[in-house]
Amino acid sequence: MAVPILNYVALASVMFFIGVIGVIVRRNPLVMLMSIELIFNAANLLFIAFARLWLQNAGQVFAFLVITVAAAEAAIALAIVVMAFREEKHVDVDETRALHG
Amino acid sequence: MIAFWALAVVLIASAVWTVSASKPVYSVVALLLNFATLAVLYLTLSAEFLAVIQIIVYSGAILILFVFVIALLSSGTEPFSIGPNRMPNIWIPGGIVVLAGFGFAIYAIANATFAPAPAAAPAGTADVFGSVADFGKALFTTQLLPFEVTALILMVAVIGVITLGGAQMHRVAPPKLQARADRQMREAILRAGDD
Repeated sequence: MAVPILNYVALASVMFFIGVIGVIVRRNPLVMLMSIELIFNAANLLFIAFARLWLQNAGQVFAFLVITVAAAEAAIALAIVVMAFREEKHVDVDETRALHG
Repeated sequence: MIAFWALAVVLIASAVWTVSASKPVYSVVALLLNFATLAVLYLTLSAEFLAVIQIIVYSGAILILFVFVIALLSSGTEPFSIGPNRMPNIWIPGGIVVLAGFGFAIYAIANATFAPAPAAAPAGTADVFGSVADFGKALFTTQLLPFEVTALILMVAVIGVITLGGAQMHRVAPPKLQARADRQMREAILRAGDD
């Protein structure tokens, strides 16, 4: 590898923490979901970088699994967002009461 | 190395733009840039299949889903923008958190010992690392169980989405309309019986 693995770890950690800040700060559920996608992709980048480092394609297969989980999560979460918006007519996770226990 | 730094700058800038954009559509555009850059980075890491999948699944499917939901939710109303954030002055503590996480990751990795990388397979052979053939062979032989698990996950997701959407459809159908449809069908059946 031409680029040291440390650079990939640093890049992925920065992306991960930007995603975490997005989830914490934003109140729009769509932007929160996009921040979660950022977190998924930071993890994926590490899987692929370490797969390349050790020439093991198990890491690539697991990144594939993560992409599948992300697709399933986005589909279900967006369905919930649409339902919650029909009930409440606004998009704000702090104001949404429909999912209270 | 230069390519890595250029891609890294674009990645981080688009990630910050995603989180801080004023409208969700701008976030989608920024995320699209982020995913496309990541696909190029995967190519440099010789993950050819995953680079293509990144473009097709993430940029093609998931982001389009986001765009559709944004268009659906804001149709008939004025386009929504962000409300007030939870912590308006997040960027200073957030920067500290990012730097702390960054430092921790550097510290942890610098102190870890990794197994030495094995010698690469000679280029041009069929089992060169990261080629589509190599990935596919692993996916269908040694990694068959994770592959089947992805099928199960997608099945569960499809059932979940249909359950959520189906419950909604039953609720929006007004009972009066349903009664009228039933009456029309009864009359049609009776007319058919007359003939």
